[in-house]
Amino acid sequence: MFFRQTSVIVAASMLMLSVTAYGQNITKEQMKGQDEQIQEIKGDVLSISADLNRLEEKLLYPSDTEVSVFVSLAGGETFRLDSVDVLLDNKPVARHIYSFKELEALKKSGVQRIYTGNIRTGDHELQFSYNGKTDSGSDLKKSEHYKVSKGVGPKIVEVSLAAQNITFKDR
Amino acid sequence: MNGLLAFVIILVLSFSSAEAGTSVSSDLKDLYFGEALYHAYQGEWFDAISRLDTEIPEYYRVDEPEKDTLHFHINQATFDVGDFELNYRMHQRAGRAIKSVIEGNVPEPVRNEAIYRLARMYFQKDRPEDALKAVNLVHGAVPEDVRPELVYLRANIDMVNGRNGEAALTLKDILSDKSMEGFSSYNMGIALIRDGKEQSGREYLDKAGRVEKSDEATLSIKDKANLVLGEKLMADKDYESAKSVLDRVRIDGPFSNRALLGSGWADAYRDHYESALVPWTILAERGTTDESTEEAMLALPYAYGKLGVYSKAAVLYDKAVQTFGKEIDRLNASITSVHEGKFLKALVREEIKQDPNWVIKLRELPESPETFYLLDLMASHDFQETLKNYLDLEELRKKIEVWSGDLMAFEDIIEKRKAYYQPLLPQIDKEFRQLDSKMRLRFMQRDLIEQRLKAMLTAPHPEYLATAAERTALDEVTRLEQKLSAGGKAVPADVAARIKRLRGVIRFGIYTEYDRRFTEAHRHLRDLNSDIARLKKAYISFVRARQAATQSYEGYNNIIRTLKSRIATAREKVMELMPKQGEILTNMAVSELSKRRDRITEYQTKAHFAMADSFDRTTRAQEKVTK
Repeated sequence: MFFRQTSVIVAASMLMLSVTAYGQNITKEQMKGQDEQIQEIKGDVLSISADLNRLEEKLLYPSDTEVSVFVSLAGGETFRLDSVDVLLDNKPVARHIYSFKELEALKKSGVQRIYTGNIRTGDHELQFSYNGKTDSGSDLKKSEHYKVSKGVGPKIVEVSLAAQNITFKDR
Repeated sequence: MNGLLAFVIILVLSFSSAEAGTSVSSDLKDLYFGEALYHAYQGEWFDAISRLDTEIPEYYRVDEPEKDTLHFHINQATFDVGDFELNYRMHQRAGRAIKSVIEGNVPEPVRNEAIYRLARMYFQKDRPEDALKAVNLVHGAVPEDVRPELVYLRANIDMVNGRNGEAALTLKDILSDKSMEGFSSYNMGIALIRDGKEQSGREYLDKAGRVEKSDEATLSIKDKANLVLGEKLMADKDYESAKSVLDRVRIDGPFSNRALLGSGWADAYRDHYESALVPWTILAERGTTDESTEEAMLALPYAYGKLGVYSKAAVLYDKAVQTFGKEIDRLNASITSVHEGKFLKALVREEIKQDPNWVIKLRELPESPETFYLLDLMASHDFQETLKNYLDLEELRKKIEVWSGDLMAFEDIIEKRKAYYQPLLPQIDKEFRQLDSKMRLRFMQRDLIEQRLKAMLTAPHPEYLATAAERTALDEVTRLEQKLSAGGKAVPADVAARIKRLRGVIRFGIYTEYDRRFTEAHRHLRDLNSDIARLKKAYISFVRARQAATQSYEGYNNIIRTLKSRIATAREKVMELMPKQGEILTNMAVSELSKRRDRITEYQTKAHFAMADSFDRTTRAQEKVTK
């Protein structure tokens, strides 16, 4: 289970014991009907979103030129990541400042897609830098280069960040 | 088995490994799956589902899915997408999938786990009868890790259906389960009390109120148990015991206001007014808007009055009258503001939601006073669900707006690409066709050379490897010989001998150099092969680029037209649903705020009378002293 449900059950059980009626114009049935319609529209919009994702990939990032850069935190890392900068062939292509929620998501093994773009086949230079703070509060700055060899298929590079180093991996 | 069924079987089968979803970092093979988790961990359910809705069908579409990196996570991904749907309040979609499993030919534990999930969903959606019917379908083996939660859920379902005796019997099974400590005892207590076994029930509540665990959920249920038990003891007029139980409630927990109020009354009913001043003073100074705090503002001067400090009581009553007056004004302004639609506008203010504490921040908006009460309104499950759905609709509306713009940009891109490539392509194609025929000829020549060299391995042909100079020389010798013998003339013997020698010298070179030349010819062939490979690569690259050029603007019209129409329909639906949802929220807010206003008005009236009485008593006391 993605999240533990016990507390939800408890909360729901407490609440069910004290069902409140809000105004005379709204009945429970009407609320249920409205809820069902909202669920339907969510499904419709999600389906549009998936189709748009596919269209976008095909139209804007065809596989023979596509390159994507993903950021992850190395397992067990506890340093505070503040921002990252990505340069491709010496041109800045992405910069991100992390919110608390984003940092927590990275720590829990989430992976952020920081850049998707197009490059020619051949070798390219990727430069990745980050700023942050160590557990003891001192400044942390790292920067590394990596040769990206673009072939015919989509190119995916994972950049794993640790307090000690930056590791690149072709995926 | 249909696709939906397969989807949920995987979903349920992967249940046991699902909690590992929070610790995949070192084993994460598919970064797009990691991206979905990144969104989910931030509560961005739409983006998380959308990512997986894109990736999972792609996985099933490819010829060899086992070579796809998602293959390593497919069970967990299909499981997670169901969970994300539940979190995104898409119970119908998740429910339909679960039902397919139950009706399918699946192993007993899988079926039972699916039933558990269905029952849990019904329970959360306030459908207790359906939840009961579902949970009664469980028979036979249940996965070990699901068992305690299933038992707990069954008991909860029994309780909301009034089957308290059955609930108590069920809960017995998990009383010793550490993971349910506090929750099981609390519910056991409530079930027994409702079943008429008051004393036993109270013992379980007491047990739940003494649990020693430090996680927030357990601490809350512990507080709740102490509050319920304390209030029961108060009702029994056992104030001393009530006080000691109520004082176990954390002073900073969600139930502290009610506990402090009760603790004060437990003292007051025993005429310990001085002691009652302590919790009531804490409470009255909290400045919150809840009922207990408001009651404490009246209880505190009441205690002072009982202690004979009428002047202090009068001052505090006056303070209460002022505070209530301000509160009533604010509530009236809030109700007007809600009616004017400002509440809904404030709820969707983007810059506020960037702040993780946006609900609290909203309280500070001067132009929409009603937002001050949002936190209290959020305490209601119905309000929360309605608000979340309203915010979801607003999110959908914004997405749809952005997408409409995106599609227009896409059409623009396609037009520009078409305008650029279409005039260029005929000339490029013409030149390519010429190059293509030349290349094919060269490829054939190379193949011929290879065939010859292969044949020479078994049948040597040194003359094939003669140099151009040697060939020319041999041709010259032959030409001379023909010239000399033209018209049937006899070639003089010495000349014939010279010709023979010349030919011999040339052939000697050709034959003696053969091995070296043969080796060299192979080396040249290898060099040629690498040149040919480069040429072929360039050829393929050109063909791809040529295809990509056409594909960059052809074949999108239908897709974009369909998407535009779907987006327009979705926009229409969202715009239809949003005002309705807003109306429900408005009604809920107005109803709640009006109730609050009526209650405070009543308190204010009481405070007015009490204040007058306190002033009278103060005056009388002063007169008594004067006399």
